[in-house]
Amino acid sequence: MAKVVCKATRESFGIALCEMAKTNKDIIVLDADLAAATKTSIFGKEYPERFKDCGIAEGNMMGVAAGLAAAGKIPVAASFAMFSTGRAYEQIRNSIAYPNLNVKIAGSHAGISTGEDGATHQCIEDIALMRTLPGMTVLCPADHYEMMEATKAALKHRGPVYIRLGRLAIDSFNDPDTYKFELGKGITLHEGNDIAVIASGLVVNEARKAVNALESEGINARLINIHTIKPIDREIIVKAAKECGQIITVEEHNVIGGLADAVCEVTSSECPVKVTRIGVQDEFGFSGPAWELLEKFGFTETGIAKVIRETVNNK
Amino acid sequence: MAESYKKLELLAAKARLGAIIGTYHAKSGHPGGSLSAADIYTYLYFNEMNVKSDDPEWADRDRFVLSKGHCCPSLYAVLALKGFFDWSELESLRHVGAMLQGHPDMKTTPGIDMSSGSLGQGVSAACGMAFAGKLDNKDYRVYTVLGDGECEEGQVWEAAMFAAHNKLDNLVFFVDQNGLQIDGTVAEVCGIEPLDKKFESFGFEVEKIDGHSFEEIEKALNKAKTVKGKPFAILAKTVKGKGVSFMENEVGWHGKACNDEEFKVATAELEAQIARLEAEL
Repeated sequence: MAKVVCKATRESFGIALCEMAKTNKDIIVLDADLAAATKTSIFGKEYPERFKDCGIAEGNMMGVAAGLAAAGKIPVAASFAMFSTGRAYEQIRNSIAYPNLNVKIAGSHAGISTGEDGATHQCIEDIALMRTLPGMTVLCPADHYEMMEATKAALKHRGPVYIRLGRLAIDSFNDPDTYKFELGKGITLHEGNDIAVIASGLVVNEARKAVNALESEGINARLINIHTIKPIDREIIVKAAKECGQIITVEEHNVIGGLADAVCEVTSSECPVKVTRIGVQDEFGFSGPAWELLEKFGFTETGIAKVIRETVNNK
Repeated sequence: MAESYKKLELLAAKARLGAIIGTYHAKSGHPGGSLSAADIYTYLYFNEMNVKSDDPEWADRDRFVLSKGHCCPSLYAVLALKGFFDWSELESLRHVGAMLQGHPDMKTTPGIDMSSGSLGQGVSAACGMAFAGKLDNKDYRVYTVLGDGECEEGQVWEAAMFAAHNKLDNLVFFVDQNGLQIDGTVAEVCGIEPLDKKFESFGFEVEKIDGHSFEEIEKALNKAKTVKGKPFAILAKTVKGKGVSFMENEVGWHGKACNDEEFKVATAELEAQIARLEAEL
């Protein structure tokens, strides 16, 4: 097992942008006065001539990105998820998604793990918003190594992509020597047939710890990491539904519109099974240290293990 | 090769006729603003912009973004006159499966450089194109037409700040100041004046012109090319519905098409203008 790296995925994103920019001169990075926070500053320092701070004007930034893409560039437009996907939703919809322009949209500080800033900055709707746009690819990587590869894949993919970044430094769990990122393909992290746990983003590692711990209690859960929420890996979900009979989804997002719904959309039409949804239960977050909030919302190992145990025991 | 003003007048009259034909067959659309901006489109495509109708995506072309996307019927007519597609397409404007959508769609329509329609957004895309030109040291220029009512959108001013801050002197904003928007006059709904001072204070070089005078359009565009380090705004005073007597300065002609009777009158007026201009040429 490779060395565990403790990094926020926003930082991994910044590093990956720089790596890609070495060989691809068309990559232009835009930010809206949050470069130090979204970590596009890493790119800005390395490639100042290809970095443009647009100021606190997210709507205009998305339009500028659209114009750059229409002129052949590969723009990356970054802000907090709340503002890139929320404030500028309609600009993304009409100026980027509708013309199918090659713009990469980054939303950092996504989810309640944004912490102390509180509900106004804890975006729990970004995946729902981006998922409704025709042609939009939606990525939610789970650790440093996955974010590095996902960012590279997003830049190589032609068409609009939304990529969700986290603020909180988290431990990596993937092994860079064996890890393979394939757009639209889920990854089975743990085999088992008692129940299928399908997770995305920061909570994947917590779900992994929970699933590992439950082995000693005789619970063999299957764990699937969905880094691409759209287009979603239908095959891996249907197989899990058929072989495990029940699903638990885990996400740091509102249970409305995110991973839970994406999974239910597949199962309801192809293999209806009971789906228990761990996520933000249609409420706003609040201020607090990130790990305390994650604990309170039930997104850590203990909370996830509890739901898995109860669900399996009541099966 | 530069066209004479008389020839431009003829082309603009044909563009107006195209807008009336298109919206009539669509039984919907926006004739008022299409007619007010027709002279600007005509001048840009026939006397100013470096474009190739047989190679619409030519990388070094000048770009045009219609930020007031609803005023596309006469733009479509200009593109057809320029040879980007056949004139007959105008009759299927807004029909199911048509190339010509209700608002510009760069995916389906040759010559459309940016999809638009949601007000305030096209100007930002135009900024992005101009910025790309600067990054690549290209000579192409970017033109965008926005409405005066559209200036009520905050994004217009975000874009204006971006353009000035980044010294986009390869970018020209045309404001089609016909003075009317859906709910009334711009002055009544949410006044934008003094617009020249607003753009000046946002860092633009500003020129106020008669938007129906090719001579004034030409002078302003020539001046724009001499200004370095600043974007350029041309505030073009226009008449909404220009060229069709019963539509001129009538707020009600913002977003409805002619009925059969009105269509006969409008086309007769425009065809008479066309016949007169052809005779004079």
